[in-house]
Amino acid sequence: MIKMNKKVVYPYIPNSTNAARSTLIKSLEITSAEDVFSAIPSHLRLDRPLNLPGPILSEYHLEKHVNEILDNNQTANDLVSFLGSGCYQHFIPVVCDEISHRNEFLTAYSGKSYEDHGRYQALFEYQSMMAELLNMDVVNLPTYDGLQASASAMRMAANITGRKQILVGSAIHPEKSSKFVEYNGKSLDIVYLPFDDQSGELDMTALRASLSKETAAIYLESPNFFGVIETKLKEISALAHRFEAIVIVNTDPISLGVLVPPADLGADITCGDIQSLGIHMQFGGGQAGFMATRNDPKYVLEFPNRIYGLVPTVTPGESGFGEVAFDRTSFVGRENGKEWVGTMANLWAITAGVYLSLMGPQGMRDVGELIESNVRYAILRLSKVPGIKIQFGESNHFREIVLDFSKAKKTVEQINRELLKKNIMGGYDISGKFEGFDNHAVYCFTEVQNKETIDALEKALREVLA
Amino acid sequence: MTTERAYHQARWNEPIILDMGGEGERGILLPEVEKEMLEDITSIKSQIPKALRRVTPPDLPQISQVEVYRHYLRLSQENLGAGFVADVGMATSTMKYNPPINERLASNPKFTDLHPLQDVSTVQGMLEIAYTLGEFLKEISGMDDISLQPRAGSQAIYANMAMIRAYHDKNGQGTQRDEVITTIFSHPSDAAAPSAAGYKIITLYPEKNGYPSIESLRSVVSERTAAFFTTNPDDTGIFNPLIKEFNDIVHAVGGLCAYDQANANGLLGIARAREAGFDLCHFNLHKTFSTPHASGGPATGVSCVTEELAAFLPSPHISFDGDRYYIDEDRPESIGKIGQFYGVAANFIRAYAWIMAHGAEGLKEVSEIAVLNNNYLMKKVLEIDGITIPYEPGKPRLDQIRYSWHELLKDTHLDIVDIANRSADYGMHFFYSHHPYVVPDPATLEPTESYSYRDLAKYADDWRKIATEVKNDPEKILTSPHMAPIHKMSDLTPLSDPEKWIPSWRVFKKKKRSVHSD
Repeated sequence: MIKMNKKVVYPYIPNSTNAARSTLIKSLEITSAEDVFSAIPSHLRLDRPLNLPGPILSEYHLEKHVNEILDNNQTANDLVSFLGSGCYQHFIPVVCDEISHRNEFLTAYSGKSYEDHGRYQALFEYQSMMAELLNMDVVNLPTYDGLQASASAMRMAANITGRKQILVGSAIHPEKSSKFVEYNGKSLDIVYLPFDDQSGELDMTALRASLSKETAAIYLESPNFFGVIETKLKEISALAHRFEAIVIVNTDPISLGVLVPPADLGADITCGDIQSLGIHMQFGGGQAGFMATRNDPKYVLEFPNRIYGLVPTVTPGESGFGEVAFDRTSFVGRENGKEWVGTMANLWAITAGVYLSLMGPQGMRDVGELIESNVRYAILRLSKVPGIKIQFGESNHFREIVLDFSKAKKTVEQINRELLKKNIMGGYDISGKFEGFDNHAVYCFTEVQNKETIDALEKALREVLA
Repeated sequence: MTTERAYHQARWNEPIILDMGGEGERGILLPEVEKEMLEDITSIKSQIPKALRRVTPPDLPQISQVEVYRHYLRLSQENLGAGFVADVGMATSTMKYNPPINERLASNPKFTDLHPLQDVSTVQGMLEIAYTLGEFLKEISGMDDISLQPRAGSQAIYANMAMIRAYHDKNGQGTQRDEVITTIFSHPSDAAAPSAAGYKIITLYPEKNGYPSIESLRSVVSERTAAFFTTNPDDTGIFNPLIKEFNDIVHAVGGLCAYDQANANGLLGIARAREAGFDLCHFNLHKTFSTPHASGGPATGVSCVTEELAAFLPSPHISFDGDRYYIDEDRPESIGKIGQFYGVAANFIRAYAWIMAHGAEGLKEVSEIAVLNNNYLMKKVLEIDGITIPYEPGKPRLDQIRYSWHELLKDTHLDIVDIANRSADYGMHFFYSHHPYVVPDPATLEPTESYSYRDLAKYADDWRKIATEVKNDPEKILTSPHMAPIHKMSDLTPLSDPEKWIPSWRVFKKKKRSVHSD
């Protein structure tokens, strides 16, 4: 290769030619770029080039280089995956991808309601469709993920009630508790309530014993971490409301075509993650958190996040959008705002809006019924496999079930390793994460599964456990 | 030959999608439950008890795919993506080119279909990208260890605060150290996130030179100081040359120093957090490192720390044993999970590719051109009568500048909001300042490296046109926008009135019904 001592012209940097650079320098009446950095004292200057590889200047080679690294992955699509536990493989309509890749939405940021009208309307529509699905009135623009939504919902409840105690049903992803403790543990009193050993639902005796006038909220997930649907939400809400405590229910909106929304069972705040609504898993990068309440200022004024609202323009019949109760946010009040507001996960709200408008009421029902059938079929097939017991077998499940391998001769880790050799990703290993659950795994059955894949799982498990 | 642009944004007057479509129309069909399966499962009870089965379907749109797609395409046209303009006015946000190659890489199914809980042997490629990006960012910041987990800059600020708390707790000073010092030109989250963590906030204000005095910092530090959170340069583009001395003062009382480098665009290969004596810093991949802003996220804030704080980084941590990449969850001193899983992994791929496309020399070129561009634009803008710069005008600035339109507007019935509205007619975004407005009638510009000197001259020229209109045709500004997807909003007060606000379509319908029944 002929090496020429030529300055690199970077395609992403229009002014990187020598000619353009000297236009800038001449106009500034300086001698070199160094002069504009004169404010930085020399002891703070880096006195050597950064130690970085590259560059790979040609796009062709850059693409090849990155794709070769990514080729070392095996995805849930290359194999068959039964993983869930917070991130889910669902059907994704192509229109969802088309819209989320539009440069207009992808590259926009936080422009004002005029030049960014389309973004405001798409996000208002997201809020509105989520409100219908959840049977609530007010939904925030998404926060980072469902975990942050849960943590913020607890703070909202504490602020509204002026109390500090949060009762948390412990059938949650075990990793969530570190966040609850770190984020809320210093200011709130977080008390975990056990789940019933037999059903996997909240232990009602413990709830009754714990509720008091000190309780700000009871936080529950349904379907919970075990896939178990909490069937006594109505009773739980009534009990909590007797003490004027707030009921927070974390749910997955994809279940709400077939399940009664928590709001109808007494929930005051519904929260969760929207990743299931048309967003690729992306190694966990597709999460986005929602919170929803009724249109009660006592609640609305406690949201930390943006909420868009409809306003009229000077032209009759035309609508614009603005920020509802913006004064509550940290953008106005800095340290006096509610938590903070900033860049969070708006693109996924636009995508979820596209998903909900494509699915409609019938699509949401269809997807729920497909999932229910797959779960029933999985219970039917897997309960017959020697060495497997369906944990909480008498309970009602949505999308996930817990398999108890304690009678098997192998650990979940071994089983999963052998399944992987058969091109199957087994369920999430929860051994050691809950007391008494030594050899258990959470298996997930969304609508992407079918008779063929579930039969294949059964066959593989029989072979592995034989 | 150059023709004057005649800009007009699309104006589709799209209805709200919940008001579209018709009974029974479908946007997408799903497979039916397989017949064989349906027969087999009758022996297994229904998993949804009758009382919990939704009877009233959600009132979602019933509309064909054709119309859904068209609706969202039209909404996208009514949105000014950064890809369409020299997005100089969306300042403090480092709006730069988002190369399509990076979008293609981040859309590779070998990535998009990865589940975060897969066996590590199946995600070696993903982990390699994440780990190597981390190594790059360690070199760029000079710090010793990093976490890619925070899902945006503010969450990284919170993560840094949580680590500082863990550090003081470990030293038995957690209760005593309950104050955080920041500066008024630092991002609101530098005050809000520490406040959300329970700290009392002390805010320093700038002197005539644009940054707080050493004395003002000395007067507020004490054994109660947990940390100092600051940007540098902040939104004025002025670099505080005494930053090392500031950090030394904080360290002398036992506090830690956190550098908000959400925007580090003027400093790549120029100056680092390490040499200035910071203990922590954070980068926004969606600012300096070119990942798209995505209409306001998802994003990535990278927490970077010195060795002393490494044990407190969020868990899990992506690591490398010299042979295999792995996910380290055995971190007893960690602050735990900041967010779910490992963060916004698509941005790891994009930022990795962007850094690789530049190398060390290219990154320095980014910063040099960004700063040259900013000073070039400043020169052009200051030629406009009535637009000024606070704090020692004439001195070079780094990557951005807060201007003031006050001289021009003070004797008119216009204010800076009117100027922002009129900017929409020119295809410009407009950012004033975060609250409070320390600079009167503020407007902030950040040209980054992505725009040519021609773009910048044109930008200044468009500002000059608006400035001329202030004098010659203020009514046109007052009634603006004229070329945007909608006209001027007539009344914003309902947004802060619980009786009147409309946060969803169902609330709109309820209010309409109650008006009709009155």
